[in-house]
Amino acid sequence: MLNVLLVMVGGFVGAICRFSIGEWISVVEGFPIGTLSVNLAGCFVLGWFLTMVRLRKRKMAGVTLLIGTGFIGSFTTFSTFSVETIKLFQDGNFLIALIYILVSVFVGLLFTFFGYKLASTFGKTDEGETI
Amino acid sequence: MITLIGLGGAFGAYARYSTGILIKKYGSGSFPYGTWIVNIAGSLILGVLTSLFLSGEISDGTWYFSGVGFCGAFTTFSTFSYETIQLLQEEKYRIALTYVMSSVIIGGLATVVGLFLPTWI
Repeated sequence: MLNVLLVMVGGFVGAICRFSIGEWISVVEGFPIGTLSVNLAGCFVLGWFLTMVRLRKRKMAGVTLLIGTGFIGSFTTFSTFSVETIKLFQDGNFLIALIYILVSVFVGLLFTFFGYKLASTFGKTDEGETI
Repeated sequence: MITLIGLGGAFGAYARYSTGILIKKYGSGSFPYGTWIVNIAGSLILGVLTSLFLSGEISDGTWYFSGVGFCGAFTTFSTFSYETIQLLQEEKYRIALTYVMSSVIIGGLATVVGLFLPTWI
């Protein structure tokens, strides 16, 4: 029950943050830069966060549900990415659609990896004190 | 409006979390079925909602709650990316490639079906 509550609280805040940033950045020159920024930022943070948690000796199941599953999971979105891509195809902007897919997937993977690297580099040094 | 988005997001995150638990009970193996299913299902639902919203058949409030809030939070891009990196690190290249390609392509097709579904019915 507490687990459900943690996921829902994280999801509540994550969705609002996604919307606020999306409204603020939105679409530039027909390119859905709002969703892209949110997804890339979320990839980096989740890569860092889940690796950091995994390297710790003390398990943080509650925080993982609140921040990882709830907040970042809800902050980033796949469905909006899909709909925006299809809309670009429908409007005949094939090149922008293709760039949008490739940048989202590949830069997303790269950012996740950077996050992972950041956590694994700094995680090793203080492993001893996190008991 | 912000509260509606937040509430939709809370239920979306809960639905994603529950689906993950349910899938783990039945499934095994390294393919991340949980995220795969929510992303494709969410793309289909958001397609339907976008179509209804653009034709003025649902209110702004319904759109904010179910489209922006629920579908946005139900589906996730960060976990999709994280799972792919994990598959690559475990040198499961074929599964990683299948996961990425099928998520994007089937997700796109599901969106197309969703967008046209209201006009067919």
